[in-house]
Amino acid sequence: MTQKTLRIPNRPTAMIAVVLFAIAFITYWDASHMKVRATYGMSASAASYFVAILFVVLAIGHLISAFKPSDIEVESADWMAVGWIGFALAGLIGSIWLGGGFIPGSTLLFALTARAFGRKALLVDLCLGAVIGVFVFLLFNKLLTLALPQGPLERLF
Amino acid sequence: MDTFSFLIDGFALAIQPANLIYAAIGVLIGTAVGVLPGIGPALTVALLLPVTFKLDPGGSIIMFAGIYYGGMYGGSTTAILLNAPGESASVVTALEGNKMARAGRGGPALATAAIGSFVAALVATAGLAVLAPYLVKIAVKFGPWDYFGLMLIAFVTVSATFGSSPLRGLTSLAFGLWLGLMGIDQLTGQARLTFGVPGLLDGVEVTTLAVGLFAIGEAFFVASRHLYKPEKPIPVKGSIWMTREDWKRSWKPWLRGTVIGFPIGALPAGGAEIPTFLSYTIERKLSSKPEEFGRGAIEGVAGPEAANNASAAGTLVPLLALGLPTSATAAVMLAGFQQYNIQPGPLLFTQHADLVWGLVASLFIANVMLLVLNLPLVGIWVKLLKIPLPWLYAGILVFASMGTLAANPSVTELLLLTGFGVVGFVMRRYDYPIAPAVVGLILGPLADSALRRSLQMSLGDPMILVQHPSSAIMIGIAVVALVAPFVFRGLAKFRQDED
Repeated sequence: MTQKTLRIPNRPTAMIAVVLFAIAFITYWDASHMKVRATYGMSASAASYFVAILFVVLAIGHLISAFKPSDIEVESADWMAVGWIGFALAGLIGSIWLGGGFIPGSTLLFALTARAFGRKALLVDLCLGAVIGVFVFLLFNKLLTLALPQGPLERLF
Repeated sequence: MDTFSFLIDGFALAIQPANLIYAAIGVLIGTAVGVLPGIGPALTVALLLPVTFKLDPGGSIIMFAGIYYGGMYGGSTTAILLNAPGESASVVTALEGNKMARAGRGGPALATAAIGSFVAALVATAGLAVLAPYLVKIAVKFGPWDYFGLMLIAFVTVSATFGSSPLRGLTSLAFGLWLGLMGIDQLTGQARLTFGVPGLLDGVEVTTLAVGLFAIGEAFFVASRHLYKPEKPIPVKGSIWMTREDWKRSWKPWLRGTVIGFPIGALPAGGAEIPTFLSYTIERKLSSKPEEFGRGAIEGVAGPEAANNASAAGTLVPLLALGLPTSATAAVMLAGFQQYNIQPGPLLFTQHADLVWGLVASLFIANVMLLVLNLPLVGIWVKLLKIPLPWLYAGILVFASMGTLAANPSVTELLLLTGFGVVGFVMRRYDYPIAPAVVGLILGPLADSALRRSLQMSLGDPMILVQHPSSAIMIGIAVVALVAPFVFRGLAKFRQDED
């Protein structure tokens, strides 16, 4: 019996409540470190305090509804696919972080995302991604003169 | 007849050959992106915003108008042929339109949607041109306290009416408000919530948030469950032209849809869902063949599509005249205006009168182009629907990250984009609406500064907000709208989906 009373029927909502409490705390902490005060009216930290209070209220609301049965159905997820997309985005970020430039990054992003959606022909997708990357790069940098990050490959153009 | 002469000037700007080309390009790429499943007009505009950066303000706004209407038209095409509405405003279109397509009448369904949108947009844009200047006359008398009240109404209506529960809507709004705090405070120059990261000092870009939540979040979400739900487009068979009977059954729904859509769209948080559903219900009641509803009634496509487009023009009224975005699409458009250093609001009509009327004129022109270009090209748009899902989403992600990088080439921005993508995934999975977050990010800082300016003018006395009858009434409306859903559970039926 004692185990039953501790069970939370709606775990994700409880998790979100915890996250909301954490955000409220961070916001409060940040606001309390703001030194400049307004001579009259509201200072810059007031909005932070307001949002922190709002988060606390919402977190309490989530906590309450966590003890009721969920009113939405959550479908089971294919976490592998989600992981592949995460991996794809990491590929792009990594490429730009390390100075690899936009084209290799977007090639990786394209091919790995296609993998996430169940394609197995990685080589074909890498080639297609590279073609799209080059096309987009030329369109943006030459035609629209917007600066996309450049690596060794992009400087050839 | 000020409006009229301004409008003539606007047309003079919009029909310059270069601007006509911008409008045509905007319509074409807007449709091409909007037609892709899962991409509504809000995301279309957010994704394509960077493409318009380097044009002169006139040209980019004109292209922008084309993208906007193109994206809306593309959304209805997806709804009809794929039964995958890219936005909730096309959900109703999908009801009857997809049934028509299955019955081999996809062509007339697309045609009545296109012509209905055209008629509605034409009438509603005229309404915008007439109505907006009046609203501006009132709005120039607004003090900061009035703006604060107006924003409170927008906050509450957007978050309490979108999504499946007020709690989730308000949480989404709070997330947007929280992001709005980040960056250097305008009045005192202090950094708020930047955690020492220099990239955050300028605050969070609205387009990064919108693209992250909508595009990346959607990709995560679709990938997480794509194995279970594959979809195939229905080929368009037979003539795409409407028969005489189709015309006879369509023209009244178009006009009724327009009359329903425009005023509701112009209200804060009116949105496009209530008018489309309302129009569907009315057409069903008035139809001479009610038995066809549920099996492909043309009135069920004509009315809601007209209502959808009319309400889209309606949302431009508060957006242009007050600077108040009332839908996700309007929020992204506001971000677009800000990119060109144009702040919508009453001053826009006096400072940039040429731009406003150029925009209104190009809305007319974009509509004509949409009709002339898109109906004959419908075959090409259908081919776009056949792109395999893996390539489609891979392309969307490349496009999304490219747009973000073009606006701000930094790793911080990409990390933010990815982070918002993960948040967007969680929000979709647990049924949190997304539009309130975007609206919160845009309006949060504006509400903050409006409130602080009011308090400075009153030397810190908060009673200033209720001493002016106008702001007192608006704050009262906001409070009622906030409390009502919790008090009357029955009102929860009157909720809408987002966009």
